[in-house]
Amino acid sequence: MIRVFVPGDAAALSVGAEAVARAIAAEAAARGIAVTLVRTGSRGLFWLEPLVEVERAGVRIGYGPVAAADVKGLFDAGFLAGGAHPAALGPVEAIPYLARQQRLTFARCGIVDPASLADYEAHGGLKGLRRALAMEPAAIVAAVTESGLRGRGGAGFPTGIKWRTVLGAEGPRKYIVCNADEGDSGTYSDRLLMEGDPFCLIEGMAIAGIAVGAEKGFVYIRSEYPHAFRRMQAAIETARVGGLLGADILGSGRAFELEARLGAGAYICGEETALLESLEGRRGQIRFKPPLPAISGLFGRPTVINNLITLATVPSILADGADAYRDYGIGRSRGTMPIQLAGNVRHGGLVERAFGLTLGELVEEFGGGTASGRPVRAVQVGGPLGAYWPTALFDTPLDYEAFAARGGMVGHGGVVVFDDTVDLARQARFAFQFCAIESCGKCTPCRIGAVRGAETMDKVIRGDAPEANLTLVRDLCEVMRDGSLCALGGLTPMPVLSAIDHFPEDFDRAAQSCAAD
Amino acid sequence: MAGPAAAAEDAAFDAAAVIEIAEGLRGLEGPLLPILHAVNDRLGHVDARAVPLIADILNLSRAEVHGVVGFYHDFRRAPAGRHRVQVCRAEACQAMGGEALVQQLERRFGIPCGQTTADRQVTLEAVYCLGNCALSPAAMVDGALVGRADGERIAAAIAGRAP
Repeated sequence: MIRVFVPGDAAALSVGAEAVARAIAAEAAARGIAVTLVRTGSRGLFWLEPLVEVERAGVRIGYGPVAAADVKGLFDAGFLAGGAHPAALGPVEAIPYLARQQRLTFARCGIVDPASLADYEAHGGLKGLRRALAMEPAAIVAAVTESGLRGRGGAGFPTGIKWRTVLGAEGPRKYIVCNADEGDSGTYSDRLLMEGDPFCLIEGMAIAGIAVGAEKGFVYIRSEYPHAFRRMQAAIETARVGGLLGADILGSGRAFELEARLGAGAYICGEETALLESLEGRRGQIRFKPPLPAISGLFGRPTVINNLITLATVPSILADGADAYRDYGIGRSRGTMPIQLAGNVRHGGLVERAFGLTLGELVEEFGGGTASGRPVRAVQVGGPLGAYWPTALFDTPLDYEAFAARGGMVGHGGVVVFDDTVDLARQARFAFQFCAIESCGKCTPCRIGAVRGAETMDKVIRGDAPEANLTLVRDLCEVMRDGSLCALGGLTPMPVLSAIDHFPEDFDRAAQSCAAD
Repeated sequence: MAGPAAAAEDAAFDAAAVIEIAEGLRGLEGPLLPILHAVNDRLGHVDARAVPLIADILNLSRAEVHGVVGFYHDFRRAPAGRHRVQVCRAEACQAMGGEALVQQLERRFGIPCGQTTADRQVTLEAVYCLGNCALSPAAMVDGALVGRADGERIAAAIAGRAP
């Protein structure tokens, strides 16, 4: 029977994948052709969604973007037998965007049926967990340390060090918490993985549990991702039935349980201590550190709290060895990073590559420039707290230290592209406004500073004593950076100051109005 | 649009449902958010009269529950319209004309973001990122994502025609 693959990923559904799947089933039935329709996650090549794949002689041939109205034409063209059609893309794996990637964490995403544990295992799943179950906890932690894996949520803290602290902490109860509160604009890798390969996250969390001696885990998913939440809940249930979770995982005698929890619309809950407060049932206000969550985390117990991508990368490290992972990358940035190209970009999508390729290669070679066809003027890397950079910095290699050295950050890997219609003064104002909306209110520099920052930027934009007011903005940024309790207030100056420093012409409103006259 | 106070007085309040939900979920570790989500989903909002009931069952003070309800954007204090339209105002959508889309929707529905139409058909809300940033601008209609959103596609989604 011919297998046809149509994504059930929320992004693919948002441009009509469900209607396409229904049309294919209906058309095949009408023509008396037996077709097995497999609903996968997305490959992450979003400009091609809905991307339909047909398996021929073990090779998957792509057609995209396909609208429901195109389906009859595809059948007429004999697409099930590889017939020519304007939407034909050839073998999907050979599409240069995909062929040039190094997919380790996303190796199965878009390929497997995310609801099938058997499919997961057939594509290399559970190898890491089986290996971990045969290892001493300290050896698992050592493998993660040696791989060089750092926190993919943005802070880049070495994962193995965090795990070692929790392993060494005494206590009758420990927790593994997955931070899937992916609030940064321009990022969607967590969502993509939960919807395309959820067992990979479950396996990673089980390995973490075995490594540090925790028997309970939580996945904290933002409520803006209802589809991912349902997928994750279903996968957890399937994993429980399949013996991947529960009192005796894979017959090892080891226990690990998992619960998916929904956030409630608060960006700050992506900050690890605010997330823990939220899980405990309180306002998502950050905690003072120390104590670190590794010592006193969820319900006061030693807790591993990692970003979703970090945890989902662990199975491949255990399966293929720490060295294999560490061999990718440059400097202190080891392994691969799933970059998400977003905003005004022609070929928006997920690019998982070893650290080291440049920002310019990402935006121009993978991204293909802007969607509008106008010149790229700015990119914001690392979410709403990341720096706005001009194309002059496109030679920066993807590397935590290289980005930091130039006043930016890799963050969670979101790259938002803007064309030459962007007004960086307005973007700087938005950075303050966003901070004001999402501040948890615990510390004054963030709570008050963000409001004053937006007001002062309004004056600059009006051309009201711009020079004096920009000096005030810089002072305010210094206070927020040095005085805030967490990264929300502490990093809001990054987009603001980078915009002022790299795009000063947008802040000189007097000159602009003269030019307009 | 009716204010929260008016809605609270007008609407019948299903105390039994709140108690049933809270009793059913109290055994969870950290049960308050799951309970508030369940109440919000089933009754359409978290009525002020639900707060003391939940507080009593969880052995918390009213202030502790009230503070949590007020902190999170998701928990409504008054019922929303029949359809919930969330439109993204974050950077990746701004880069693709998201702000123009917001203004277009505000004109179309005749309400600013954050309000409900007089016929209570549509609640328009701002959201900061829906994770559909490669198909921006993005919106969500009744929990379903709309990519490359425009007024027509959003209206179609409200009318029950999937994207």
